[in-house]
Amino acid sequence: MSQTTAAIRAQALESLLIEKGLLDADLIDDVIVRYNERVGPMNGAQLVANAWLDEAFKQRLLTDATSVVREFEFSGGQVDKLVVVENTPQIHNVVVCTLCSCYPWAVLGLPPKWYKDPAYRSRVVREPRAVLAEFGTTIPAEKKIRVWDSSAEIRYMVLPQMPAAWQGRDVESLAATVSRDSMIGVTVLEDS
Amino acid sequence: MTDSPIPALENVLSEHLQPPMANGEVLFEAPWHGRVFGMAVALHEAGVFSWDEFQRQLIDVIGLWDRNARDADEYEYYEHFQTALQQLMVDKDLLSRDDLAHRQTHLANLPHGHDH
Repeated sequence: MSQTTAAIRAQALESLLIEKGLLDADLIDDVIVRYNERVGPMNGAQLVANAWLDEAFKQRLLTDATSVVREFEFSGGQVDKLVVVENTPQIHNVVVCTLCSCYPWAVLGLPPKWYKDPAYRSRVVREPRAVLAEFGTTIPAEKKIRVWDSSAEIRYMVLPQMPAAWQGRDVESLAATVSRDSMIGVTVLEDS
Repeated sequence: MTDSPIPALENVLSEHLQPPMANGEVLFEAPWHGRVFGMAVALHEAGVFSWDEFQRQLIDVIGLWDRNARDADEYEYYEHFQTALQQLMVDKDLLSRDDLAHRQTHLANLPHGHDH
C-alpha cells in the first residue's frame, strides 16, 4: 500500500467515525498532543531514579510495580499490570513483545519503531546477544540474559544498573540521564 | 538550541500535525499514523472497546501478516493497527466494510486539493 493510499484509508475511517458521532476530530488531536507532550520515558526514568536512591522503594517496585505506578498517577497510558525486572551483575534483562507491540506506555510513552518491527520481535528471543550488539551493547559471556515477552496483560520494564560514577546525584539529575532504551534493556547505562 | 537550515516545521505543519518525538525520535512518521493511533485511543477512552479487545485483534492481524509475508513485503505497523481497529468496529456493528470501501474510493477519486 502506498503512503497516499494508506493516508486516504485513514481519512476514510476518520470521516466515517465522525459522521456516525462515534468520535470528534478534537478528541483525536487531544490524544496526539497528550502523547506528544506529556507521556514519555520520563515517567519510567523517575521510577528508576527513586529505586536507586531508596532501597525500600526499590523492593516495592520489584514486588508490585502496578501499585507503585498507580500512586504516581502518571497521565496518559494505562498499565494493567506492570512488572519491573532488575539488572544485576549476574543478569541482564531485555523486553520484547513477540506478538505485536505491547509496551508499558504509562512509564515509557510510545514504543520506538524498531520495537514494533518483525526483525526485533523475532530475533531478540533467538539471539539476544547478537541483537544487543547491534545496539552497541556487549553483555559479558558470563552474564545471563533474560528476555521478557510482554502481552496485553503484563508489561515489563527494566531497572537498569546505576553506573558507579553517578553515586551522590539527586533524583532529578539521575532521572534526566536514564535513557528509554536502557529501560527496554537494549542498552546499558555508562559513566558520563 | 540549534538553528534549522530548513524553514521552521511549524510554518508548514499545523501545530497538531507535528510528529511527536521521544528521545529525539519521531513517534509518528506520517501524519496519518498519529490520526489512526489517536482514533484508537479516543474510541477506547470513550468506552467503545477495551484495550484488551483491541490488542487481541491487533495480535491476530499481525500474526496473519507474519505467517504470510514474503521477505520483500514491507512491514507497515500502522496499516495493521488500522486494520485491527476497522475489524473491531465492524465486529461491533458500528461501521460496515462497504461504507469503508465506498468512502475510500470516493476520497481517492476527489480532484487533488479538494480532499480536506
